[in-house]
Amino acid sequence: MRLFTVQELSRLDGGSSSAVGTARPAHVRAEDFSVYYGGQPAVREVTLDIPRGLVTAVIGPSGCGKSTFLRAVNRMNDLIPGCSVSGRLLLDDEDVYGPGVDVTALRKRVGMVFQKPNPFPKSVFDNVAYGPRIHGVRNRRELVEIVERSLVKAALWEEVKDRLSENALSLSGGQQQRLCIARALAVEPELLLMDEPTSSLDPIATDRIENLIAELRGTYTIIIVTHNMQQAARVSDRTAFMYMGELIEVDDTNILFTRPGQKKTQDYITGRFG
Amino acid sequence: MHWQPRGILDRSFTGLTAFSVALVALSLFVVLGPIVVRGLGAFFFRATVEHRRMMLYEFGQGDRAAVEAEVARVEAARAQVWQFVAGFEEQLKSMGAPARRRHAQELREIKDRLAKLLGPPPGRPPPAMLRERYGRTRWDQAQLELERLLYRVEWDYSDPARMGRQVRVPRVESFRGTALEPMFACLEGHLEDMLRPRWTCYWRFLLDESKDAHFFGGIWPEILGTLYLTVGAIIFAVPMGVISAIYLVEYAPRGWLVGLLRTCISTLAGVPSIVFGLFGLAFFINTIHVSESKSVLAGSLTLAVLILPVIIRASEEAIRAVPFTYKEAALSMGASRWRAITTVTLPAALPGILTGVVISMGRAAGETAPIIFTAAVSVGAPLALWQTLSRGTPALPWNIYNLATEHQAVDEIRHVQHGMVLTLVALVLLLNAVALVLRARIARKLAV
Repeated sequence: MRLFTVQELSRLDGGSSSAVGTARPAHVRAEDFSVYYGGQPAVREVTLDIPRGLVTAVIGPSGCGKSTFLRAVNRMNDLIPGCSVSGRLLLDDEDVYGPGVDVTALRKRVGMVFQKPNPFPKSVFDNVAYGPRIHGVRNRRELVEIVERSLVKAALWEEVKDRLSENALSLSGGQQQRLCIARALAVEPELLLMDEPTSSLDPIATDRIENLIAELRGTYTIIIVTHNMQQAARVSDRTAFMYMGELIEVDDTNILFTRPGQKKTQDYITGRFG
Repeated sequence: MHWQPRGILDRSFTGLTAFSVALVALSLFVVLGPIVVRGLGAFFFRATVEHRRMMLYEFGQGDRAAVEAEVARVEAARAQVWQFVAGFEEQLKSMGAPARRRHAQELREIKDRLAKLLGPPPGRPPPAMLRERYGRTRWDQAQLELERLLYRVEWDYSDPARMGRQVRVPRVESFRGTALEPMFACLEGHLEDMLRPRWTCYWRFLLDESKDAHFFGGIWPEILGTLYLTVGAIIFAVPMGVISAIYLVEYAPRGWLVGLLRTCISTLAGVPSIVFGLFGLAFFINTIHVSESKSVLAGSLTLAVLILPVIIRASEEAIRAVPFTYKEAALSMGASRWRAITTVTLPAALPGILTGVVISMGRAAGETAPIIFTAAVSVGAPLALWQTLSRGTPALPWNIYNLATEHQAVDEIRHVQHGMVLTLVALVLLLNAVALVLRARIARKLAV
């Protein structure tokens, strides 16, 4: 069974052996952070630093708590009744779950892209302009500028510039997902959460999204949850492996995939379970 | 062909379905056919010269010179009839007392019927009642009246083994040999010259006010009243219903209290409409005094309460059917809950909500019981918008009932009732069609 392509392996080997992540300041820091659904822990005492400006992948088998962890960062778990947290989750040294945190302001800073493309049943333009509008941008020219800039960043502009007034649902699945990324970028977040963003896309569309992630790297801190280890290897600087709600191991991607420190990680990335 | 049990079952089920569809179509036809055919009688009929005269003098409609020329011609044709009557009255004076007594009553009846048929005799001051100033305006009714004038109905009890039988006795028999005898033949032979029936399309039936309690004219006040009440009910019920639905779906905590609330809403939908009418009277008029007495406002509020459950239910279902991912996306961009609902959930739920509104609109337009106590009056002028706050209005459903049961001259204004029924059905269909087109357009915008 072939796990990695030659390119992927060369990228993994070519990375410097010094830790990429530790050199950078943490953008998100979890300290003994747990998430409970109705008393049952889904994420158990995770301690993890997400470095600023890099791509961090979270991998692990289904139900390991990786999506739950991701959704904790912009408090999307608040929507689920019976969800509670313990420990601390810091965004720029500020507790996300601290008293008096403005959730809407938090979500403006932390954008999110979902598993399935979920554009609104509105025009392409209105989709991208949605975020700026709810945050008070009324000026038409300013909106046009933001929409163009976001679509360019999401590598979609060339394809949709003549279709801005068309219904977003008429785009292809891959285009819809890039539209969702553009929509998230339009509110100018610092951090982008991606919850298996390519799981419902075909290989070509997946490739474009991965290229896009590479382009966004550096400008945004990105956390990407994925089932697909090759994808994690291709797009991320650091990878965290979660299993049964616990963080097993986190390291630079090239190290984690070539010289994992834990037996469980070794087993998972070689395909013995998962 | 394989005649296996499954195939037979399948076939018989298809047959059953086709049969029920045919049955529904047939019953629709049976119900709607007479409504349309009779209802059109209010718009298309053979109008007599009396109709044209009435339209000219009461509504200012028509060509004065032409109508007056026509009136002059029919007066000439009628002159003979009035001469026969005058001649007979002269003759009557010279008769003996018994004969005079015998003829007097029947003569009076004949003169009454003549006045109904042709209008008041010439050279008299116009009668006080508007309906007595004109003869029969419709040819079909003129013929009925002629029949009553030419024949007297008597009951024949001669055969004790059977029930009494109606017998038509020609009135002319009583007047053999008198000056009145030729009048009957003259009337029968020349009625067309006296009334000059002509096929007419009276489309202004929809736009004219009624004169003398629907004896003449149209049904505009009823149409306008129905529109006021329906639109008013929608204006009150839709915001209330949609907001309640949003609360129930998005905000209400799960608990027995909200469960009870839902049960109450469902129960409300099953309450008889007359109860809503009494509630409207007791609450809106007598308790919180939205108006002194019956008013469009009170009626609209009552109808709003009546249709509220349907609107809440439909909106609830529509909001629940909006994919969670839309809301999730909106929230993830920092929209507040309320913002996400108004900008994403509600627009996506709009087609479903509109369906509820369509159904309710038809219901509100056709309901009679709730407005009897709160808004409906039998006769009235069309209201200006500001008058709806304080005054009652005639409305189609109530006036259909009223004309059919309480009017003094029920038989003479059947065509108005039929016209009203057709108009009400058409109005409801029209409202629904508009809402359906609207709904389709929104749905097309939402889908690909």
